[in-house]
Amino acid sequence: MEKTIAGKSIAVNEEGYLTDFKQWDKSVGEALAAEAEINLTPRHWDVLTYLQTEHKNEVPLSIRKIGKSGVVDIKEFYQLFPKAPLKTATKIAGIPKPASCI
Amino acid sequence: MSANNGEIKKMMIILSKGTLENVYAAFVLANGARMEGIDAEVFFTFFGLEAIHKKKLSHLHVATVGNPAMHIPTMLGGLPGMEALASNMMKKEMEKIDMPDVQEFLDILSASGVKMWACKLAMDMFHYKKEDLFEGVEEVITVGDFYMKSEGEGVHMLFI
Repeated sequence: MEKTIAGKSIAVNEEGYLTDFKQWDKSVGEALAAEAEINLTPRHWDVLTYLQTEHKNEVPLSIRKIGKSGVVDIKEFYQLFPKAPLKTATKIAGIPKPASCI
Repeated sequence: MSANNGEIKKMMIILSKGTLENVYAAFVLANGARMEGIDAEVFFTFFGLEAIHKKKLSHLHVATVGNPAMHIPTMLGGLPGMEALASNMMKKEMEKIDMPDVQEFLDILSASGVKMWACKLAMDMFHYKKEDLFEGVEEVITVGDFYMKSEGEGVHMLFI
C-alpha cells in the first residue's frame, strides 16, 4: 500500500515499513521518526546508518549484534529508541523489520 | 475503572529451574518483551538462582534424564558425562543461531532494562549472599514484594 510520507507517496507494508529502500531519504527518515515521537540527533543517525549498512550487506539484525557493533551499546540503543528499539529504528531507517527473537 | 484493550505492558517472569533450556526460555521471553517495548522483570527462585549465581551460571546443563524430547533413553541419560555432552552440543547449536551464553545474556538483559530479583526464601535455603549474585540483580526480595511490583493493568505473570 501507499502512504504519504514527507510529501511523497511511499510504498509501505501493513506495519508501515518501507518495501522499497530506494524510496527512502533523510526527509522520509525524519518524518517516520516524528511519527514515533523521536527527535533525531547525530547519535540516532550513527545508528540508522549502521543499520542500513548491515541490511545492505544482508547481515541479520539482532539486539546482540547491535551490542557488539561498536557503534552503540544496548543501553544507549534503548535510550535513543525507547519503545521497541530495533523495530522502531529499522522502520525509520527504511529497512525491513528484523525477524530475530534475540 | 479504566479499560485495558488487552495490551501487554509488563511481563513478570518467575524462573524456578536451573536447567539450561528453562533459563534460556525465561531470558528469551524477557528480552523479547523489551524488544517489543514491554517492560520485563524476572524473579529468580529455587534452582532458578543458579542462573544468576556468579560461580554457577556458566556451568548450567540441559536435563538429559526425564526429558523425553531429548530422545536419549533415560538409562543412558543418567550415565556420567551425558549432561555435559548434551549441554556442549546444545551450546554449539545456540552459538550458530546467534544465541548468547548465560553471562552475556544477563548483560544484555541488564542493559535492556530488565529488572532482576532474587527470592529471599531460596537465598536463605541455599545460603547464598547478595554478593554471590550477578551485579545486575537489583535486590533480594520476598514473594510478597514481588506481588507488589506486579500490580497494575496489562501485567502478566509467567512461571517457568
